[in-house]
Amino acid sequence: MRALILRELRLAGTGGHMLLPLIFFLLVAALFPFAVGPDRPLLARTGGGALWMAALLAALLPVERLIEPDRANGVLDQFAVRGLNEENVATAKLVGHWLSFGPPLMIAAIPAAALMKLPAALLQRLELGLLVGTPGLAALTLMVAGLTAGLRGSGALAGLLMLPLAVPILIFGAGLAEQENAAGALKLLAAVSLLLVAASPFVTGAAIRAGRSC
Amino acid sequence: MSATPLLALVDLACLRGGRLLFEGLSLRLAPGGAAIVGGPNGSGKSSLLRIVAGLLRPAAGRVMRSGRPALADEAAALDERLTLGQALGFWARLDGVAAEPGIEAMGIAHLRQVPVRMLSAGQRKRAALARVVASGALLWLLDEPGNALDSDGQALLSAAMAAQRARGGAVLAATHQPLGLDDAAVVRLGG
Repeated sequence: MRALILRELRLAGTGGHMLLPLIFFLLVAALFPFAVGPDRPLLARTGGGALWMAALLAALLPVERLIEPDRANGVLDQFAVRGLNEENVATAKLVGHWLSFGPPLMIAAIPAAALMKLPAALLQRLELGLLVGTPGLAALTLMVAGLTAGLRGSGALAGLLMLPLAVPILIFGAGLAEQENAAGALKLLAAVSLLLVAASPFVTGAAIRAGRSC
Repeated sequence: MSATPLLALVDLACLRGGRLLFEGLSLRLAPGGAAIVGGPNGSGKSSLLRIVAGLLRPAAGRVMRSGRPALADEAAALDERLTLGQALGFWARLDGVAAEPGIEAMGIAHLRQVPVRMLSAGQRKRAALARVVASGALLWLLDEPGNALDSDGQALLSAAMAAQRARGGAVLAATHQPLGLDDAAVVRLGG
């Protein structure tokens, strides 16, 4: 299991795969004030939601490299021949993917919040939300990657599949931005995230197996 | 043939996309044995190997294996960005063996530092075979192992298969070209 997680991290680390979502996230954060204007109260009010939107779209970027290359290259078959079951492989991929996505995104949120001039208390709640919500996002990305592996034009399909399913994360994550609702939003965000993380290895594993027989 | 077989196939049938590729296929491979699966393109050679490897379910019949096989098919399953040594090292660690014997046996020691993405088709094939050699598995499943290999590579492959059989292993190879397994059982599919 550890060898598989290390392999995922190495794959994410090479070729700029890890940087791409981060740069995308920061770019959206930098563009947002241009779009709505440099009005500080307005930015403070909408910035948290905008950053969650950026995080969601950034989570969509790695979807094509998580499962499909390993499927096409026969790596998943070689794992299966060695008796590693697909759920374990998917779990390793989930852990490896989150490690290369969640913490870096939380670090990138600091300059992103500065670009929007978000108050420190809001940044704190945003970071907490990302800590709880990014595992869910990573799990969702992995599931969609598994379901669309081997399909042509999977990138567009992945977006159509993933964005509606990410709505609860977006609602409760952005809900954290409002002080008075923060406690409730955090609990619901954690619940959604937990559900996605728990389901992801089984959905992804089943998708890998199903993809093999056709 | 009194020893317990490494592989026994009983009345195997394979159905792909609603088409019956083969049925009633039975085969026994004892230690030291070898079998060649022949037949025209699309007759189910690769499917048979994938069924034996446990990657596909047969439509009917049973597969009995003792121990895990090692599979070399069309896909190299090597990470493109790693060097060949690192990529084979990953699989060797997973198998709990050393990669070196395989690398030596297939004559790719000089490519250890070369990134996998720079390798030619024949060199990839040698690497995939090197993983099989290093795995120590008693049953080898080789899908078109001679494809893309030069004459030197084919000689190394023949030697590796002979060594595998000498140590009590078995080889099941799907191929349409001679592999130097003259005494092997032949399974013909299709036609």
